[in-house]
Amino acid sequence: MERIPILKMGSFLLVSIQVDLYDRLALTLENDLINMVSKTEAKGVLIDISAVSIVDSFMGRILGNIASMSKIMDAATVVVGMQPAVAITLVELGLTLSGVHTALDVEQGMELLREKIGQVDTDEEGLYDSYI
Amino acid sequence: MNKDTATYLKGKKKQIMEAWMNNQLKDAALRDDLMSVSELQQQSDEFLTALLKAFAGPNAEDTDSMNYEPIHDILNEISITRARQGFSPRETSSYILSLKEVLSNMLEDQLKNDPATLYREIISVNKILDSLSLVTMETYIKGREEVILRQTNEMSEISTPVIRVWDGILALPIIGTLDSARTQVVMEALLEEIVATSSRIAILDISGVPTVDSLVAQHLIKTVSAARLMGAECIISGIRPEIAQTIVHLGIDLTNIYTKASLASALKMAFSMLNIVVSRSSEKKNLGF
Repeated sequence: MERIPILKMGSFLLVSIQVDLYDRLALTLENDLINMVSKTEAKGVLIDISAVSIVDSFMGRILGNIASMSKIMDAATVVVGMQPAVAITLVELGLTLSGVHTALDVEQGMELLREKIGQVDTDEEGLYDSYI
Repeated sequence: MNKDTATYLKGKKKQIMEAWMNNQLKDAALRDDLMSVSELQQQSDEFLTALLKAFAGPNAEDTDSMNYEPIHDILNEISITRARQGFSPRETSSYILSLKEVLSNMLEDQLKNDPATLYREIISVNKILDSLSLVTMETYIKGREEVILRQTNEMSEISTPVIRVWDGILALPIIGTLDSARTQVVMEALLEEIVATSSRIAILDISGVPTVDSLVAQHLIKTVSAARLMGAECIISGIRPEIAQTIVHLGIDLTNIYTKASLASALKMAFSMLNIVVSRSSEKKNLGF
């Protein structure tokens, strides 16, 4: 059966959804992911949906569920790379995914996750710092 | 219209054409700045040929009949191009009406000994040309409406540019009334630009929006939510006192949205959200101008 890979990177879990999610796949992902969080004691979950072009209310709910579950298990969730059309659809459906953090791309998502769990890398200068 | 008249007019085509062109050329309303004489001549010739042919056909007075189809096509083309070129309605309809005078004179010459027939024929020519001039008016208005529609679309696209004010900060000055169709355009343009420039902050400036009602506010809230879903934050700026009053009186909840009075303070807020520090430098630099 088709499965979406969940990668562990430090204290974070990375999920990149490269196919359009159908309902069963989404449920499997939810299940796998939450088990993974428990097993690895991850502090953050990053879900990249930049390749997803179709979204429905069910998938919106799954994303919301994942965020709520992770929060209970002490992990922050960041959804990154949502396409404009997907965002418009979700808003029109009335799903604003409150409780889910969002970022534009994986890079910014990782930064956000680090901030959320208070592990800001002090060696690195902030990406957006510019001095004039 | 009887056969003899039709044949007679057909024979006189050259004279009619000449007189008609003279009529048109001496008309003060002739717009030789918009159209050359040779072009006019060619148009008129084409039209007159088709008209005389239709006169000779059966049911000459029924301008909806098959005979008149080529004429309608010619007229449609003429009036639509004229509407686009900026001719006035009067100039467009006088094109047909000036032919009326010429034809009446021709008929008078031919039938001056037979007033009864002359009367009948003139009435029938009048009827046909009136009906054709209505056709020109109709298509003229249609052409103008197309122009207006195109301009409206262009305006709504031009009036919502997405500006990169800083690395990672977009600004969208909204000018004019926001309706559903326009908000859709605005929202899509903004979200596309957020992706293209991977900007984390978008400033929606509504100083150019005359009125904010509950529908507009709802549209703004939708745009902000969509941007938030993609991982960008929106700041709404340019809220004038009267708009603040309306929003509160309408009971619209903007507490979850960052709002600022001016674009400057929104920019300042964006800087602090991105930890950007802008400071005045002590030494004067040569900027090259």
